[in-house]
Amino acid sequence: MDYIWLIPLFPLVGAIINGLLAPRLRLPEKLIGAIAALMITLSLMVSVMAVWQYAGWSHQAGNEGKPYIAEKFKYTWLPGGKAQITEGPQAGKELTDLNIEWSYQLDRLSSLYILFITFVGLLIHIYAIGYMHGEAGFARFFAYLNLFMFMMLTLVLSSNLLMLFVGWEGVGLCSYLLIGFYMTRAEAANASKKAFIINRIGDAGFLLATAAIFAALGSIQFTEVDRLLQSYQLEPLGSFGLMSWIALGLFIGAIGKSAQIPLYIWLPDAMAGPTPVSALIHAATMVTAGVFLLARMHSVFQHSLTVMLIVAFVGALTALLAASIAITQRDIKKVLAYSTVSQLGLMFLGCGVGAFTAAIFHVVTHAFFKAQLFLGAGSIGHALHHEQDLMRMGGLKKYLPTTYRTMQICWLAICGIVPFAGFWSKDEIFAATFTTPQFNAVRYLLWFIGLVTAALTAFYMTRMMSLAFEGNERFNSHSEPNATPIDQSANAGQSTEDGQTIADNHHSPAAHSANPQEGSALMRLPLLILAAGATVIGFIGIPGYSWIEHWLAPTFQMGTTEMAHPAMAVVVGVSVVSLVVALVAIMAAKNVYERKPEIADKLALNFGPLYKGSLNHWYWDSLIEGKFVQGFSQLCRLLWQGDLIVFDTIPNGTALLTKGSSLISRYFDYHGVDLIVNFTGLFLRFISVALRTAQTGFVNNYALIMILGLCLIILGLEYTAIVDIYHRIFPSAGSLPLPGLKST
Amino acid sequence: MLYQWFIPMLLQAQDVFPEAAAPGFLDRLTRAFSVVSINNFLFLSALLFTIGVAGVLTRRNIIVILMSIELILNAANLNLVAFSRYWQIQGGISPYTGQLFTIFIIVVAAAEAVIGLGILIALYRNRETVSVDEIDILKL
Repeated sequence: MDYIWLIPLFPLVGAIINGLLAPRLRLPEKLIGAIAALMITLSLMVSVMAVWQYAGWSHQAGNEGKPYIAEKFKYTWLPGGKAQITEGPQAGKELTDLNIEWSYQLDRLSSLYILFITFVGLLIHIYAIGYMHGEAGFARFFAYLNLFMFMMLTLVLSSNLLMLFVGWEGVGLCSYLLIGFYMTRAEAANASKKAFIINRIGDAGFLLATAAIFAALGSIQFTEVDRLLQSYQLEPLGSFGLMSWIALGLFIGAIGKSAQIPLYIWLPDAMAGPTPVSALIHAATMVTAGVFLLARMHSVFQHSLTVMLIVAFVGALTALLAASIAITQRDIKKVLAYSTVSQLGLMFLGCGVGAFTAAIFHVVTHAFFKAQLFLGAGSIGHALHHEQDLMRMGGLKKYLPTTYRTMQICWLAICGIVPFAGFWSKDEIFAATFTTPQFNAVRYLLWFIGLVTAALTAFYMTRMMSLAFEGNERFNSHSEPNATPIDQSANAGQSTEDGQTIADNHHSPAAHSANPQEGSALMRLPLLILAAGATVIGFIGIPGYSWIEHWLAPTFQMGTTEMAHPAMAVVVGVSVVSLVVALVAIMAAKNVYERKPEIADKLALNFGPLYKGSLNHWYWDSLIEGKFVQGFSQLCRLLWQGDLIVFDTIPNGTALLTKGSSLISRYFDYHGVDLIVNFTGLFLRFISVALRTAQTGFVNNYALIMILGLCLIILGLEYTAIVDIYHRIFPSAGSLPLPGLKST
Repeated sequence: MLYQWFIPMLLQAQDVFPEAAAPGFLDRLTRAFSVVSINNFLFLSALLFTIGVAGVLTRRNIIVILMSIELILNAANLNLVAFSRYWQIQGGISPYTGQLFTIFIIVVAAAEAVIGLGILIALYRNRETVSVDEIDILKL
């Protein structure tokens, strides 16, 4: 099992190949998709092998619940030194050798995660090959997808909080890159920016909690944290001590990542990205990272009951709120997005009441059916030329049989109908909520909120299915269907509240000549496999013989709180109640949307303000946009003006100075240097004119000069002899060789 | 003019050349030139040399220039022969060295004359003239 470092490595290699090499080499689309899918397949195979081995290792006596840290791949990432614990009961204790390592940890929790991440990821990659056919930036898309898988796998296989944070930020980055994949569209760019910023707000809490853990315990390795916290005191309900602060910080991080109140608004907007992105990131993997964090740090949470209550309440309220928005949305992807937020709320509810196993179980089942629903919505959009308005669909079951059948399975799964997956996982959460020993009467309230959410979930999912697949075909008409007064005003309101219209990506009204058709086999196969998964995956958690409970129990038994083990009778009772509620909701929705749509309109009219509020996402977006974002933009604009005035004088002034100095230089150059140069030239010409006269071309002149020179040489050489001869001839001559003048 | 300038000038020559005004000047001159010493030959060779140089410098015809060069060379020859006859060195050069050197110079002069004439012919063929005045291509 020391090879588990390969699991994140394969997608990274795929990302590098597709990102850097494929555009240069202009690889064909099929090859790019094949490389990406192959990498994920390799990861999947290595994961299966690793988990198989781990299972064998872990079932040996004494290894129960112990995580396996890959010894051969331990790499000191941030070397530390001596440190002192400064907080908590062990304050003052000194520790040495605090190195933060980069090592991979495989335990019961992460093994489950890598299996479903790689499996669902692989299916979505295959789907995306068909879905993104012909898109510009095909290679870039798959590079980002593979990069995302690398980050997510790093996150789940990490052995300490900081390495988890690397993966955490990485998935946030990839989410940004992928939501904003259609770079040229303003709404996609805004949505990606919003997602990343809101994620970062949560990360502040995460980092503070990490620092606090480091200060209090001296280590951020998960194994160490679990071990050290065993000797810590429990903080009961009502008290808010150090552990509660840490847990709150971690929870804030999870809120940002998993879209709970109040940081959920990025998820519906994130639907501006391509559908495979929504399926992978915003249904199956990234948003479950928050739940993963809570499960990893369960010992911290189990020490702080106050924060557990906060988690449970936030989860429940989010679930209810999101469900209440989803029942009125017209965009199919927004319905699914709010459904995701709602289901995530249920997962947090499960964590909050101590039923971590149930929450993780729901994560796994949700990954399957939500991904399938998203892919199915993508398939519908693909068939209808990127139409996403539910009111413009209808009667598609005739044209898209595969999509219809598979989505039906997952619809039943999400509504919690036996024997599909959602039934088992949801009801496990509800049963745990109903019987949790952590809280007293409050748990009934939480359970009730969960029940109402289940009813609403069933209602809006059935509404979505009915509007999309049943009834009259509305996708060929150009006029607004269902033109009732409330709908008209709703339509008017829908496009102005937060400036977003229904995502109508490449919709051209005139292109509906052909009947809608299913996508290629590449798109249909994942739908089928995921639907099959959604059918059978629930069976790993049948109460009474819950395999997943046995698998995960040793991990979560480190805490001192008792795990909720509800009695069989309670479980059955709760399940039956929720099943009945779901069936009633389904039947009601079918009645309204398939047979008597006017009831919907009448209800909308009667509950006018509520309807409008729900349609406009309860105005949370406009509040934040209006108050914070606009104010901040104003400040930024002000600073920009200031920058223009103050800081731009420096470069401008420098430019003026440069101009002036260059003028002076030019003056000097022109009058000073050029003068000298020109004068030298003139002088040379003058000299040459003078010297030219010697070149007569007349040989006799040359000979004359030669002879004269010869005479001069002789004179010079024999000067004394010549003077002597002269004195002999003219003895009376003076010192000068001239005939002496009579001096007297 | 004759009386105001020329005769006083003649009279002034006495101041310049007092030896010439001394009595017996002409006698001494004659006596100097009655014995034939080496000086005579040297004077002659110098004269010939000067004439040759004057010819080289002044004449326009290339053939005359060549003849003048011959004259120069032969003046040198005369010089050498005179020294060979009159100048004795104790235990040094033999008395016939000058004459031997003269033979060499004659040969060289002949060869040079050949070449000179060759150049002359080539020049005439190209320029149709033997006057150095008209060969001034090197003039700037």
